[in-house]
Amino acid sequence: MPPIIRVENLTKRYKKARTNALTAISFQVAAGEFFALLGPNGSGKTTTISILTTTLLPTSGRVIVADHDVTQDPSLVRQEIGIIFQKPSLDRNLTAEENVRFHALLYGLYPYRPSYGLMPKTYKAKVDELASILGINNEIFNPIKTFSGGMMRKLEILRSLIHQPRVLFLDEPTAGLDANSRRALWSYLNEVREQKETTIFLTTHYLEEAEQANAICIIDQGKVVSYGSPEEIKADLIEEYILIDAADRPKLLEELDRLNVDYSAEGPFRIKSRPHQVHQLLKAIETPLTIVRTHAPTLEDAYLEILQRSSWN
Amino acid sequence: MELSAILAIAQRDFTKLLRDVPRFIGSLLSPFILIGVLGGTIQSIQGDGIEYDYITFVFTGVLAQTLFSSAAAGVISLIEDRENDFSQELFVSPVSRYSIVLGKILGETLVALPQGVATIIFGFIIGVPISAAQLVALLPVMLVAALLGSAFGLVIMSNLSSARTVNTVIGFIIFPQFFLAGVFAPIGALPPALELASRLAPMRYVVDLARGIFYSGLPDSSAVVVDTPLTNIIVIGVLFILFLTAGTWLFVRSERNR
Repeated sequence: MPPIIRVENLTKRYKKARTNALTAISFQVAAGEFFALLGPNGSGKTTTISILTTTLLPTSGRVIVADHDVTQDPSLVRQEIGIIFQKPSLDRNLTAEENVRFHALLYGLYPYRPSYGLMPKTYKAKVDELASILGINNEIFNPIKTFSGGMMRKLEILRSLIHQPRVLFLDEPTAGLDANSRRALWSYLNEVREQKETTIFLTTHYLEEAEQANAICIIDQGKVVSYGSPEEIKADLIEEYILIDAADRPKLLEELDRLNVDYSAEGPFRIKSRPHQVHQLLKAIETPLTIVRTHAPTLEDAYLEILQRSSWN
Repeated sequence: MELSAILAIAQRDFTKLLRDVPRFIGSLLSPFILIGVLGGTIQSIQGDGIEYDYITFVFTGVLAQTLFSSAAAGVISLIEDRENDFSQELFVSPVSRYSIVLGKILGETLVALPQGVATIIFGFIIGVPISAAQLVALLPVMLVAALLGSAFGLVIMSNLSSARTVNTVIGFIIFPQFFLAGVFAPIGALPPALELASRLAPMRYVVDLARGIFYSGLPDSSAVVVDTPLTNIIVIGVLFILFLTAGTWLFVRSERNR
């Protein structure tokens, strides 16, 4: 099956900017996959998502989303995607139902009617269904401003799903939500993904959210610095080592030289080692050690390390 | 589909106005202030030296001006919208950009109309002599004023890069037109430089059209009306088409090409 998102050598330089916001980034997303785009603030995440969702033109490179080119056929792409923005994009002056109706009319799902009462039965049934999923059967005709942040987010996701998008873009969707709402949102999104096989494209800087992804692309300063499954990324960057030190350093070093082990220049000394080799190494060392620590980083350590590496280059 | 979207966009603007009570009341009050306070003050300075009824003169001017500038400001607000919450949803929808523009123009025209009605009611209250025939004739003029205003707003909006400049620009581009269009003082005999500036102010043509229609057949007509309604309508038609095509083209181009 061809990938549902294909980004090839995408470069973006804003007008009047001296440097590129994105430099020749490439990645692919398979249909039905959960893809996470990670990066620090200002790394180019929003620029990337803007181009993929057709609100910004690329400077060069090719982007195909749901079989259409974002530059040549933006409106065909728009029909196939749903987007949850960083800031809630509900109209606070309208009721929940009016927000949903507006969306349905924009996507041409129903003909225009001036009020809810005049809308087709199929539409009303859809609204009922949405309201019961959210448990807001009574509040669906209330103004949005009376809703909590978590509820608004959920409504937005439901709204973005009514035109059955093949790809759902989420731009830092949980920013500003408390831990509870965040967890509820994710369990709901996972449900959606299983039921509708919607591809999910997420930008975030919460690592625990990315950890569930099938694939992660880390960008920094507009360049891809790491790309693969969470396991691959960890394996790629996770340097496992043990840290040792002794009161009598010269003696320890002499011993390490004799054992033919590489170590870092300054103490405490880092020794690259796989977990199963640790025991053997320690057994071989006779100098009394003052520090023995094994180091096996988390994805977060890995992420920070990748970013650090990229800023040194 | 596009028609449904246009109507939905227009309806949203109007619904928003109705829900925002302070804004709604404020918008209804602004003609009262312009006619009652500003008009009244200027009249007292001028004294009885003028041969036509000054309040009626200001009333007709403010009627056209209110519709024009309210619609223009409404469309310009689309750029403010673009940077916050809701219109992101609009811009990523498959609706054509032309439909977004048309929906917005239609919507802001609808939003401006209640102000026109409020102006007329205030006119009745302060005793401006309005006949039934004049009233009926003014209705299409109000629509024309609002439509030209929103098309004008579109051109301005397309040339702005950020919402921060909006308020400055509204003050800079709309306010001078109050005087260049002759809302508060006749523009029949202006010095050449001001005459040119006045001819360039689009609001002038709707104000003059409103007066041409209102004063039609009345003795004061020659003192307050500059051009014939036909001339004004032709100029308005040309400007409207020009603003609409140029504005939409610029808007569509600038939106993605950042």
